[in-house]
Amino acid sequence: MNATATPTGELCSVPALLRRNAQKYGDRPAYREKEYGIWQSWTWAEAAQEIEWLALGFLALGMERGDHVAIIGRNRPDHYWAMIAAQMCGAVPVPLYADAVAEEAAYVLGHCGARFVVCGDQEQVDKVIDVQDQLHQIDHVLYHDKRGMRKYDHEHLNWLHDIQEEGRASHYRHEEELRRREAELTYDSTCVMLYTSGTTGKPKGVVLSNRNIIETSKNTSEFDHLRVDDEILAYLPMAWVGDFIFSMGQALWNGFCVNCPESAETMMTDLKEIAPTYYFAPPRVFETQLTQVMIRMEDAGKFKRWLFRHYMDLAKRVGPQILDGKPVGMLDRMRYALGEFAIYGPLKNTLGFSRVRVGYTAGEAIGPEIFDFYRSLGINLKQLYGQTEASVFIAQQPDNEVRADTVGVVSPGVEIRIDDKGEIFYRSPGTFVEYYNNPESTASTKDAEGWVATGDAGFFEEGTGHLRIIDRAKDVGKMADGHMFAPKYVENKLKFFPDILEAVVFGNGRDRCTAFINIDLTAVGNWAERNNIAYASYQELAGHPQVLETIRSHVEEVNASVAQDDMLSACQIHRFLVLHKELDADDGEMTRTRKVRRGKIEEKYADLLEALYDGSETIFTKTEVTYEDGRKGSISATLKLVDAKTVTPRHHEVAAE
Amino acid sequence: MKDMYEPYETPDGRTIGGCLMEMKNITLKFGGVVAIKDISFDIREGEIRAIIGPNGAGKSSMLNVISGFYHPQEGEVWYKGAVRPAMKPYEVARMGVGRTFQNIALFEGMTVLDNVMTGRLTHMKASLWEQALWWGKAEREEVFNRDQVEKIIDFLEIQAIRKTPVGRLPYGLKKRVELARALAAEPSLLLLDEPMAGMNVEEKEDMSRFILDVNDEFGTTIALIEHDMGVVMDLSDRVVVMDYGKKIGDGTPDEVRNDQNVIDAYLGVPHE
Repeated sequence: MNATATPTGELCSVPALLRRNAQKYGDRPAYREKEYGIWQSWTWAEAAQEIEWLALGFLALGMERGDHVAIIGRNRPDHYWAMIAAQMCGAVPVPLYADAVAEEAAYVLGHCGARFVVCGDQEQVDKVIDVQDQLHQIDHVLYHDKRGMRKYDHEHLNWLHDIQEEGRASHYRHEEELRRREAELTYDSTCVMLYTSGTTGKPKGVVLSNRNIIETSKNTSEFDHLRVDDEILAYLPMAWVGDFIFSMGQALWNGFCVNCPESAETMMTDLKEIAPTYYFAPPRVFETQLTQVMIRMEDAGKFKRWLFRHYMDLAKRVGPQILDGKPVGMLDRMRYALGEFAIYGPLKNTLGFSRVRVGYTAGEAIGPEIFDFYRSLGINLKQLYGQTEASVFIAQQPDNEVRADTVGVVSPGVEIRIDDKGEIFYRSPGTFVEYYNNPESTASTKDAEGWVATGDAGFFEEGTGHLRIIDRAKDVGKMADGHMFAPKYVENKLKFFPDILEAVVFGNGRDRCTAFINIDLTAVGNWAERNNIAYASYQELAGHPQVLETIRSHVEEVNASVAQDDMLSACQIHRFLVLHKELDADDGEMTRTRKVRRGKIEEKYADLLEALYDGSETIFTKTEVTYEDGRKGSISATLKLVDAKTVTPRHHEVAAE
Repeated sequence: MKDMYEPYETPDGRTIGGCLMEMKNITLKFGGVVAIKDISFDIREGEIRAIIGPNGAGKSSMLNVISGFYHPQEGEVWYKGAVRPAMKPYEVARMGVGRTFQNIALFEGMTVLDNVMTGRLTHMKASLWEQALWWGKAEREEVFNRDQVEKIIDFLEIQAIRKTPVGRLPYGLKKRVELARALAAEPSLLLLDEPMAGMNVEEKEDMSRFILDVNDEFGTTIALIEHDMGVVMDLSDRVVVMDYGKKIGDGTPDEVRNDQNVIDAYLGVPHE
């Protein structure tokens, strides 16, 4: 394909989009960050200037074409600018997870051979210095936050803004070279490299070209009618492809404003102040917010509680229909308007959702009650299905065709095919170029015609053409008696209970299913407080007999609901235990995006799993834990194994008769 | 005597300067009770100086003498090279001595931001009328002071609770807010009265980090009273040990740790 023949004309790279925005939307806000209690903002013209100085500074430090520039830190304008500045120099930005422990960071830094590392603060610099001895390729470390950095050896360490100043001072010397490098960028140049967290094995570096990012951004912006006056809050990890598409691809394509929160803890306040019009959050965030609302309503006065319940019932009945533009009676419409004034409006304002036009959730299944709660308030929350290798978008829900149990129609420009085993394959302009330095994995994932295996099993629903996902294709297994085993299907049902944070179901190749369960400390802790139950730790609360009893009733409810499904009725849980610690990414039990690593857990807790099947009443166990600073310790506990009632499925009854 | 105050550099790269405050033969009595008996010690610029001792040793009384709340019957307080006359606590505060309290003394109903702003009071010059009418100096001062306060909020990482009333905060955070308020006054000498009392290990670690950072970034001289020996020994450059109103030890943590008098006072010895 000819690199210059692009559907977007001249705009064949991210820096080109920046130049256009600086010209076309020069006075419009491009970036905001809350610092010292005030939203500081930069227009596109100002941002372009800052980025150019930074790029000149990079050239002064000797950045070469094809160098990898790692960025470790939370979402801040400077970090986004460093990425664009690197692209201007012909280098490749590689954002890393800010909460990665040193070994994880070391692997990625070593694998991509980063020569430059841009760090947010001292914590990240320390991490890089830790691994620098093993990796000799790091030439320059730059940092943004000066705090605590005074006493470091600055031979290869620089304050990011000093570099920017240097670039500014040396612009006569480097400007021409910068122009030349920018002009060399094509549609096929690498735009970014993102490491997939990988539920199995080492992370892989996904190479995405300008074509991938820009065409995906263009197509999906048109799909959702995104505009220059949209606002987003950039708070999800910069290393995650979604943040790159939303805060870089779509933001630069449309010219809308990227807002960075003050710190991770202030995110909810900042969300409220900014009130974004385009918003993305994983289901967990929506769950947490809903739990908080419900807890706070419990504390409200009688009248307020009544009012809330009354109008939420109404919203549940007519809210989604009104949002979808379906016919609703005049009287109900008027009552809903009153509810908007009394309850929905103020509630949306508190949550920061007053202005949301397009909201997305993805990554995990969202509980139907949670999903409907937000939609009934009039928030246009939708689901999408995607992965890093596709530059996010594979399928998404169009306005007015939103349901909790599908992931929507095929995204514009994407083709999907489903093989006879049920696995989903796709091909799209967003499909990644390759895995960096890993031709085998590239070949096994992407075939010669460009089809990529998602590893997910799913099917198209008859009639609507919506895609439904069942589970990871490799997780879908068979039980000893030949019944289908889809753990995620059951886990999701369990996780829809606010008391249950995480669940892992086992049963592949066995005669019955069992589960590990994590309680949600917020929800269960609140319940304990209300019922005067004292507890000193997570572990103690998790082992409380009344908690176990509550969880058992949840499991039994799930069993009843699973029994309704003819295909999966064998996946009912016979026995379970409540784990003594939360599953944690630091212990390798989950990915950084908080997906459970089934194999790892099975291996680590082999003793517990065995106890679930050998009929013991209790089990003593000792588990290694990793603290946030990387030190290791261990906790031990005696866990009680609980039996749960199962329901005989309908068709079995018929067969028995 | 002079060369004792030659500036020197600590192993971690901080500069300890000359004498900032010197207590000379202080004796403090309440009626017939002698709380402090003929104690002398000094505090050097830029150092972290700890006062330790068992309960009732007179540590808090000592701190109150430094902050001007108590006036000793005998002895002199030298501050920045001159004898300090008997002063009201607010006058001492204006001279650059800030403090936190053992039992938190914040305005519970006010937000964190407002509480920290009160720490700027000694830096506000606008008259009552200017303040009431929000005119002239008042506005400029408010903007400047708010900026200073925001920097401290950022430094102590309490942005998330900026607008939260103090009464709703947990104990550990209140302590941090108190530190913020004391810092807002930009003191040259900061007195901390048991900054870590009642904290769990994690909160103690955080607080220690902040104390070291304050000393390091702003060069603030810190005098602190603390029960937790581990913390004291790790944090401070020099330690004064008191027992029954008397000074029984003075020196670096290592010297104090090996001092027989100190060991006896803390561990108790069988009297022969």
